Amino acid sequence: MSILINKDTRLLVQGITGNEGIFHTTQMVSYGTNVVAGVTPGKGGEWVLDGKVPVFDSVKLAVEATGANCSVIFVPARFAPDAMFEAADAGIPLIVCITEGIPVQDMMRVRNYIDQKNVRLVGPNCPGLLTPGESKVGIIPGDIAIPGNVGVVSRSGTLTYEVLYALKLVGMGASTCVGIGGDPINGTNFIDVLEMFEHDPLTEKVVLIGEIGGTDEDKAAEYIAANMTKPVVSFIAGQTAPPGKRMGHAGAIIEGSAGSAADKIKALEAAGVKVAKHPEEIPSLLK
Amino acid sequence: MPVLLKSKQGKNMKLHEYQSKTIFAKYGIPIPKGRVAATADEAKQIAEELGGRVVIKSQVLVGGRGKAGGVKVAKNADEAAELAQQILAMEIKGLPVRKVLVDEAAAIEHEIYFSITNDRAAKKPVMIASSAGGVDIEEVAATTPEKIIKVHIDPLLGLRDYQSRDIAASIDLPRELWRDFSRIASGLWQAYRDTDAELAEINPLVITKDNKLVALDGKMLIDDNALFRHPDLAEIRDVDEEAPAETEARRYGLSFIKLDGNIGCMVNGAGLAMTSMDIVKLFGGEPANFLDIGGGAGAEKVAAAMRIILSDPNVKAVLFNIFGGITRCDEVARGILTAMDEVKPNVPMVVRLVGTNAEEGRRLLDNANMITAETLADAAKKAVAAAKGN
Repeated sequence: MSILINKDTRLLVQGITGNEGIFHTTQMVSYGTNVVAGVTPGKGGEWVLDGKVPVFDSVKLAVEATGANCSVIFVPARFAPDAMFEAADAGIPLIVCITEGIPVQDMMRVRNYIDQKNVRLVGPNCPGLLTPGESKVGIIPGDIAIPGNVGVVSRSGTLTYEVLYALKLVGMGASTCVGIGGDPINGTNFIDVLEMFEHDPLTEKVVLIGEIGGTDEDKAAEYIAANMTKPVVSFIAGQTAPPGKRMGHAGAIIEGSAGSAADKIKALEAAGVKVAKHPEEIPSLLK
Repeated sequence: MPVLLKSKQGKNMKLHEYQSKTIFAKYGIPIPKGRVAATADEAKQIAEELGGRVVIKSQVLVGGRGKAGGVKVAKNADEAAELAQQILAMEIKGLPVRKVLVDEAAAIEHEIYFSITNDRAAKKPVMIASSAGGVDIEEVAATTPEKIIKVHIDPLLGLRDYQSRDIAASIDLPRELWRDFSRIASGLWQAYRDTDAELAEINPLVITKDNKLVALDGKMLIDDNALFRHPDLAEIRDVDEEAPAETEARRYGLSFIKLDGNIGCMVNGAGLAMTSMDIVKLFGGEPANFLDIGGGAGAEKVAAAMRIILSDPNVKAVLFNIFGGITRCDEVARGILTAMDEVKPNVPMVVRLVGTNAEEGRRLLDNANMITAETLADAAKKAVAAAKGN
């Protein structure tokens, strides 16, 4: 068992013929992910990966022909919002958007639209999902994690890799790793994933990797205190980050002083979470 | 209170007051008559044209200009020249004043606070208004939050007229001004939406003695990620007020913030970059910068990053921490080699490559005389030792 993706995931790649799209599709296929289709408007009818994966002009056509049930998006930021709308409209239940640099107002429109549909969006600006030994959707290097019982959820990309790798070095594996992305507006938050891990029989422990900014970690701490029976270990990046630029008076009115690493660590520790001083300390806290 | 450095957001472009108000005017929001001046003579000429009392306002991209003495009222054109001269010689929070805005002085009856910004928790734009506008608005928010009105806007529907009326009523605006207020609200919403702003703020929006609404001050922040569709705005960015290295970094799509330490850091990914800084500090060092080369950086970008790091004379050691994913370690290694060829650095360099194409990357750097590290902690310890000359 795992969450979100497994060996039955039938993956569609939006932007499959771009540089990143083709490079990471190759990596996903060699990991064992069942990539059933690609979409690049204007390139329908072509095949990629030596004729193994068909390319379609639209997500709708790809879903009709292949029964894809998950889409990963590699298209550039200016086209990514449209790609998310398209995937949601075609009825893809799980959309994973890797693209970084999408304008915030675009993401607000995407998120408010998707909330009206029965669709889960992971990302954007995220490394995607990895269920070690079964399926990888996104860009997490497959060889840095082994199957196991630790659920990993993170706002960061490469910092997540550090943690998976540190676990692997001591023989600990992951049930599923979920990169929710670091953008201010995203599709899936910590609580969504914590809830899934809590209900996943294979996940016995959880690692939560947060960073400064926003209040997601604080809300996660409240959720953990009230609902989690499984132990949670955390790391928060940005403990030494200097004060940044503020967003006028409005930023202070809306966000107040929330968002510092110290506050988040305090909230998590109060919820019974062990917080590591650095990522390589996490495995010892899980024992 | 400062909002903390946000890893992947907070990248935005500040507009000056005069630039913001020009945009507001385009959307039908009443602003005072006035123009921007770079010299005392220009200021005098503008004051003569306007006649009567004028306000001389320093144009710098920091808050608290008034409290710093950067905003003054002049009774006539001669006094305008004199005050402009003074203000143009000032530095406000370290920023030299290069321009002043000369506006006709308004007869103020009442000050309102009015803005729109992104509310990340609600995932919607939020309009904020208060009848207690002016420089102490944050104090008002902290002590009497009931005086702050917040209305969320559905980004798919846009601002609706009833919402504008609700705001007008909630801040006890006289009924005869509701129609004008709705036009201003609608203009502010459209300005925010059309420019991909992260903030559009009018503080104060005043009711004048002759009972008109005027936006006396304006501030806008534009989402950097959206500048591809606003070339006109990208062009008016004032780069005089940022560190040259930060301007250079942006040109290459790098996120860079200069700090005071002596260990240069080059990392892929904002979270890992912050973590690398944290861990350098944990082991007794001080980072010289935050630098995220982003995802999928090629050799050229890496070389630019390295030039930027090494242009800081305080840097005594450089730590490269690359965990390949979408970024390929061999590309990074090529960039490092290119830059070393050009810059010929004479500080020790600690490199750690893990992940996509790491072996190839390590092989490329075999003869580059760098200190290698296996783990993050090991890399940080070695960089700290190297910076101390050990």
